[in-house]
Formats: sequence, C-alpha cells, structure tokens
Amino acid sequence: MNGAHDLGGQHGFGPVNAEPESQEPVFHADWEKRVFGLVRVLGSLGMWNGDMSRHARERQYPVDYLRHSYYENWLAGLEKLLVEKGLVTEAELASGKSAGPAAENLCSRVLKVKDVAKALEGTPAMMPVNTPPRFQLGDRVRARNNHPAGHTREPRYVRGRIGVVCGHHGGHIFPDQNAVGNRVARHLYTVRFEARELWGEGADPRCTVHVDLWEDYLEPAK
Amino acid sequence: MSEPHHHDHTEPPSDLVLRVKALESLLVEKGLVDPAAIDQLVEAYETRIGPRNGARVVARAWKDASFKTWLLDDATAAIASLGFGGKQGEHMRAVENTPTVHNLVVCTLCSCYPWPVLGLPPVWYKSAPYRARAVADSRGVLKEFGTELADNVEIRVWDSTAELRYLVLPERPTGTDDWNEEALALLVTRNSMIGVEKAVTPRGIHERRA
Repeated sequence: MNGAHDLGGQHGFGPVNAEPESQEPVFHADWEKRVFGLVRVLGSLGMWNGDMSRHARERQYPVDYLRHSYYENWLAGLEKLLVEKGLVTEAELASGKSAGPAAENLCSRVLKVKDVAKALEGTPAMMPVNTPPRFQLGDRVRARNNHPAGHTREPRYVRGRIGVVCGHHGGHIFPDQNAVGNRVARHLYTVRFEARELWGEGADPRCTVHVDLWEDYLEPAK
Repeated sequence: MSEPHHHDHTEPPSDLVLRVKALESLLVEKGLVDPAAIDQLVEAYETRIGPRNGARVVARAWKDASFKTWLLDDATAAIASLGFGGKQGEHMRAVENTPTVHNLVVCTLCSCYPWPVLGLPPVWYKSAPYRARAVADSRGVLKEFGTELADNVEIRVWDSTAELRYLVLPERPTGTDDWNEEALALLVTRNSMIGVEKAVTPRGIHERRA
C-alpha cells in the first residue's frame, strides 16, 4: 500500500537530530518496554506473522502513523490485530474489562518465562522455491510499477526504476502474500540502483542504493 | 484504570501510559500474557543483546583475516561462531568499508535492524527524517553525524526491505596494529556498524576517557 510508512525520499522531515549514542537508553519509558514485550509475547501465540504485524502498523490513518512515536505505532498495530484475530473484543479494549478468559488452546500457548530463550531464537525466512531464478547476477532489471493496496516491500522510490542484480538469495517468504496468510516463497534478489536513476540528475553521482526485491517486483530491462 | 498510582513526580500518568497498563491487565486477566515473560524479554535486550556483540564481531574481523573473509562471505555463520544469532539476525550480511567505499544501512519501510549484533535500534534510526533521507541525501545525513567523506568516496546504501540484515564492517583505525581484540572492540561504536560514523580512533578513545 502507498502508506505513510513508505518514507524513502520524502521531504520536509528536517534533520535527523540523533541522541548521542553514549546517552541513549534502550527504552525511553516503561510503557515502551511493556509494548515491546506485549508485541513479542503475543506474536509467539502464532495468530499472526511479521508481515501481518507490519501491515497492521501501516494500515493506520497516515496522519496518525507520522504523528505517533515508534512504540505508539507498535501499540496501534497490536490493538488492531488483537481485535481482528478475535483475541479481544472492541468492547474489552475500550473498557479494559475482560468479558471472559481466552480460548483454552490459546492459553496453553502463552509464552512463559521458561520459553523466553526460545522466543529469542530466529525464524528463518528462507523457503525452497521450485522454479529456477528468472534473473542472474549482472542482469538489468526494472522494478515494476506496482501499486498494490495490500502489504508490499517494494518501496515507491524504486518503482519504474532500472537497476542491476547484484545478489541472489534463493527463495524467501513473499511478504505480499504472507501478510494475507499465504506462506509462499519467491526468489529474492539484491538490486543496485544508481542514486541518479532514482533521484534525477542532481543526485550524488557516487552513490548507489541497494534494495532487496522479490522476483515478482522485477521485470527484465533492456 | 482505577488502580491507584504512586509517582515521585506530580504529573499525572499520560493517557498512553494508562492505555498500555489497561491493555496489559486485560490480557493478563484473559490468560494471554505472563508479565514475567515480558520482564525477561526486556531484560535480555537491555543487558545482553546489544551493540557490544557486534563490536566483538568487528574486532575479530579486524584481527583475524580468515574470519573477515568468512564474515563477508557468510555473515550468519561467522557471527554464530561467536555465539550471536536469533530473531532479526537470521540472514546476516556484512558490508565492508574501505578508503574508497562507505556503506550505510537503513530501513525506509519500517525499522529492520540486526538485533543479535546491534540490539534494538536507536530512535533516530526509526525516525522519519532518517528513513526519508538516508536513501536520497546520504551525504547530507552523514554530515549531520559529523562524517565528512571525500568526494571520491562511493556511498553504498543498503535499504533493508527483506529479511536480510546488514552489518557495516567499519575501517580499522590506523595505529592499532598491536591492539588485542578487547581493546579494538572499544573503538567500534553502534553508529559505526550502521554506517553513519567511522570507528573511533585511538586518539578519540583517549579523549573520551579524559
């Protein structure tokens, strides 16, 4: 979706204003810790995947997405998923009062302290794909001019632009489909774009931008 | 929320604080959340999973040429050999800075970041200005971090749009030939492994201590 989250190349946000590294805490408030933990703990129930989580944050009203701090966006996405997946009702969310315990099969999957080490382990995104790769290293490719209404990981700033394939990573779970519950794999590539191709003649001639793109996002370029 | 709050300061808790507390209590009441598990997860990222891990990886690569080759060829395996891996580090890639190439990592679409080696990302990395400008005004962003590159230095930006996670291998500062890994690791900042800064020089570390 062409949401507020797709920020590459947007103007008007001003300087980065980084907090000095030596002074920045991991969390800036206790509520951030709780939101981070809630997202992780509830994610481990297996009711949604990472792409669904991202999409839930992206689907906010664009003004809200930009106005919110980072963990506020996590909270908004979490609340949305909890209701959509039937874990809590709108009424429970509004009142803060439980209308009854969650289903037994969910409660038995709740992340306990003894499971935390396992929750820190990774879940690889690689997945076999049974078609040969359409593109080879060195191929010139154009990022398709797609504007899907759903989740996608093809940023707007590369759409229609030509780059060169500089990496092939085998099959990786395809986010556009994974976000709607279809766990399918597509070939994943890294594509190198000249900054001038992306941003025009005034751009830095000695800058390239590398973007990881799935095969469905690409077409051959002459 | 009706439960009383005890604060050292006079400001009432914000709506946001109340909303998060209400949500957590609701989920605990429904049997979906064990608060102690949240405490453990938070503690892991506050104490163990952070940029000192990445600094050890970089220091090893500076000191051991065969490890560096391995890191650049198969970062996930090389990093795992030092005991680091897990969520948001399943598919690692290391990119090397040289006198003529400078790498910079961003996630324009959200906040993808190599947690096992760098921990959770700083606020600025997740912010709109950085995500908007790292890909379109890279040199300008670097200047804001005090990183001035010569005009002939090529900038390679890596936008983490998939599940690959990038670690910048900064240039080893000169004058460190006889330094051991532990000392070298002190020169490796989080920001140097994202690529917005260079590693600290021996003089820099001396000034920081002074």
